[in-house]
Amino acid sequence: MLTIAIFLPTLAALVIALTPRSRPDLPRAIALVFSLVVLALAAIMFVSLDRGFQGFQFTNHVTWVRTSLGGFSFQYYVGLDGISAALVLLTAFLNVVAVLVSWGIALRPKEYFIWLLVIESGVLGVFSSLDLLLFFLFWEVELVPMYLLISIWGSGRKEYSATKFVLYTVAGSSFMIVGILALGFTAHTFEIPEIMRNGVREAAIPLGFIFFALFSGFAVKLPMFPLHTWLPDAHTDAPTAVSVILAGALLKMGGYGIIRLCVGLLPQTAHDWGLAITLLGAIGVVYGALVTLRQTDLKRLIAYSSVSHMGFVLIGVGALGQLGLTGATVQMVTHGLVTGMLFVMVGLVYERTHTRQIPELGGLARQMPWIAAAFVVAGVASLGLPMLAGFVGEVVVFLGAFSKYAATTIVAVSGVVLAAGYILWMLQRVFFGPPKEQWAHLGDARHWSEWLAMGAMTASIVAVGIYPQWIIDAIDHGVVPIASRLG
Amino acid sequence: MNHYEVLAPELVLLGLAFALVTLELLFPQLRKDLVAYLTAASAIGVLVASAFFANRSDSFKDLIQLDNYTTFFRILFLGTAALLAIASAHLVRDKLSNAGEYYGLLLLGVIGATYMAAASELLTAYIALELLNFTLYVLVSFDRKDPRSGEAGLKYILLSAFASALLLFGISFIFGVTGTTSYAGIRHALEAGIGEYRGTLVVGLVLLLTGLGFKVAAVPFHMWTPDAYEGAPLPVTAYISIVAKAAGFALFLRLFSQAFMPVISDWRWMVALLAALTMVFGNLIALQQVNIKRLLAYSSISQVGYMLIAIAALSHDSATALLLHLGGYAITNLAAFIAIIAFYNATGGEEIRDFRGLAERHAGLAMTLTIALFSLAGMPLFAGFMTKFILFQAAAQHGLLWLSAFGVVTSMISLYYYLMVIRQMYVLKPRDGDGRLRVPLLTSAVLVVLALGIFFVGIWPTPLFRAAASATRLLF
Repeated sequence: MLTIAIFLPTLAALVIALTPRSRPDLPRAIALVFSLVVLALAAIMFVSLDRGFQGFQFTNHVTWVRTSLGGFSFQYYVGLDGISAALVLLTAFLNVVAVLVSWGIALRPKEYFIWLLVIESGVLGVFSSLDLLLFFLFWEVELVPMYLLISIWGSGRKEYSATKFVLYTVAGSSFMIVGILALGFTAHTFEIPEIMRNGVREAAIPLGFIFFALFSGFAVKLPMFPLHTWLPDAHTDAPTAVSVILAGALLKMGGYGIIRLCVGLLPQTAHDWGLAITLLGAIGVVYGALVTLRQTDLKRLIAYSSVSHMGFVLIGVGALGQLGLTGATVQMVTHGLVTGMLFVMVGLVYERTHTRQIPELGGLARQMPWIAAAFVVAGVASLGLPMLAGFVGEVVVFLGAFSKYAATTIVAVSGVVLAAGYILWMLQRVFFGPPKEQWAHLGDARHWSEWLAMGAMTASIVAVGIYPQWIIDAIDHGVVPIASRLG
Repeated sequence: MNHYEVLAPELVLLGLAFALVTLELLFPQLRKDLVAYLTAASAIGVLVASAFFANRSDSFKDLIQLDNYTTFFRILFLGTAALLAIASAHLVRDKLSNAGEYYGLLLLGVIGATYMAAASELLTAYIALELLNFTLYVLVSFDRKDPRSGEAGLKYILLSAFASALLLFGISFIFGVTGTTSYAGIRHALEAGIGEYRGTLVVGLVLLLTGLGFKVAAVPFHMWTPDAYEGAPLPVTAYISIVAKAAGFALFLRLFSQAFMPVISDWRWMVALLAALTMVFGNLIALQQVNIKRLLAYSSISQVGYMLIAIAALSHDSATALLLHLGGYAITNLAAFIAIIAFYNATGGEEIRDFRGLAERHAGLAMTLTIALFSLAGMPLFAGFMTKFILFQAAAQHGLLWLSAFGVVTSMISLYYYLMVIRQMYVLKPRDGDGRLRVPLLTSAVLVVLALGIFFVGIWPTPLFRAAASATRLLF
């Protein structure tokens, strides 16, 4: 079932490739149907994941390429635990939303949806790979489609941003593959469960080097301060749906990699570096929040707030305890939902006003009350209002980190205060205040796809916020084995 | 027994090469593209026939060795030559004269290349190398109307002759130390110990490596490559970058594994150094190229760097990986070059910026070129990733992880310049007045097959890997 879920988007991409050029409305319908099916599969797997059984489930294990020499082989080995099940569900959900918000794409729709679906396959693959090489393989899949999506369908300095994205990612993944190779040869296997069971002992290559190589690859993707500068550019210039996927799913690959590989496979080394990770996370939170305050472009503002929010993930990881890791994962899921929704909302506003400059907007709540309402929900979720999704992740992270690094955590909490500042200020400037003459003719959400995207996102944020246990339960299932090895 | 039948495929090929030249002399009115298809047909005929030599092991007076290794390369060279002959058909008919000689030389070069792989004696190897080189001298300067072609030919001859001299000098040192030129004999002598002559041997190895470095275009002996690539007619560029390169490595691999294995510690560091230099400089210089042929020249130089890793980590694993990589490299480069030839035939452009908006002018051509470039860059699912990966892991297993790391990092750099070509094709709009392009049916078919081949090797390399493993088994 997992394999089907991973490759269904690719199949959809192939089907779309075969549609005739004369039917530009077909690609989006096919994309929607297939991503709904993937979402259904992901939901079934999430629900039926056996919480009582430790270990990976829904596994498929096939030796794919056997080179017969030196016992080395490529494995197709996928499976889910709680962490990956939650992230797979998130990815599948966001992809449906991404298709919905792309409903009006008129420029080369066929290619657009093909690339969108290819990315989904790649991301799902990353979250479910249990073999390091397969992991890397899937990791690289998103690169080129992302480049094309930003540089063809983007806006502003789109080529600059797309190239910057590629250069950063490639630099990161070149470190990562070296780390993966070194890890594999040190452990004599590339299978993640196998390495988790046996551990990695000191070998020819210092483990710290392997850890560093892997960590740099993931830190770029997360993104961690000071490697974050590609993110605001890529987000700002990407089309709405791509921003949603980028913020919601792609950044999570970085956090997932840190938890699964850096912490999961090299717990001892992670211990040595815990404080450094926490500090970098805290710097990211505060720095990101401060920079966010100064932004005048809506998308850039949300992009920088992402940097700040992903800092919490690092703080949670750096605490190196069960609570911290759970918090980090929950934070990833909630950030995916909240920031995804913020980008959806910005997209809706931009479609109407054709500007994202905050000073040019104002009083929009009058023309588009529903969009304003949804935007406010997403906004306050982002600043961590209780009963909404954003709150859950941050609180668990703080609980996990406080006992270990109290001072750092207190500094990081100030990030939440700043978040309240930039979000409320932004909402006030865009939706409230005196209405402006030039926006008088604008209307509210009309098309069913817009309603559906908005509604689904709001519902999910509220659902996670009111009863987070359903997602924490699953995540704990994945975190416990990792945390138990941290000692 | 003299085992003359070992020579049969090349003798037949020789006959066919002369027949093609004579054919044009006898029937000057003959359509020139017909000669191309005849060449392709004869190459494929010999290829099929030589498949019967699979799993046979034989030798001609200990000079020419027939084994799976020879057969592997023979099939590789003949297949490449056949496809390039098809790809040359329109270009040669429209832009060059003396078609018969062109195609005859194409086949003659294959003989030299095959014997480079088959030679088990230094002088035979040298003669085979020169045979291939002489055909290349002529082919590079074949475009008499283009001054760049003549210039490239001259540069190539001068530098290559210099390299040949170094090579011969190196061979004489080796002969002086070991008293023999046969690979097996050298190995025996080295195993028995050479005592005080170790210094002389190292000098000989340095000269040998320099000469071979020139022939396969390793940095810092690569200077001739960009000019020769740029000046030569496009199919000849492809021929150099595939056949000549693979033949160079075929000779390299057999020589070093069969003769110099006992003194591996004396030359491993030199090859590793060459590999590192070649990867770094090849990729960095490629970043600034504006001409697609020069870009591919530097990209092929960086590929040489990856291949040298396999020689530095010499073992059955890495030799197999090298053959696999050469196979994938041949398919990929063929796809890239044939797409570029088709583009050149239709537009006459060979600058990278000429590829603007190709996706809208001919979607299939743009797609094939993209697939080929991704494969060269080593993107997953394409041949280049799989073969390079197996190569790097073989090297890492044999204690050269640092060199593999070099390879990984530099091949990530390479993605950038390939992406810039793809950017031209997909992101930018065509210039005003650039209409849709026409590509001949046969070329399209060849391109589709090659593109599928790239995916095939990238996703399921096992068959090619088995062939490579059985080809290299007898070397160790």
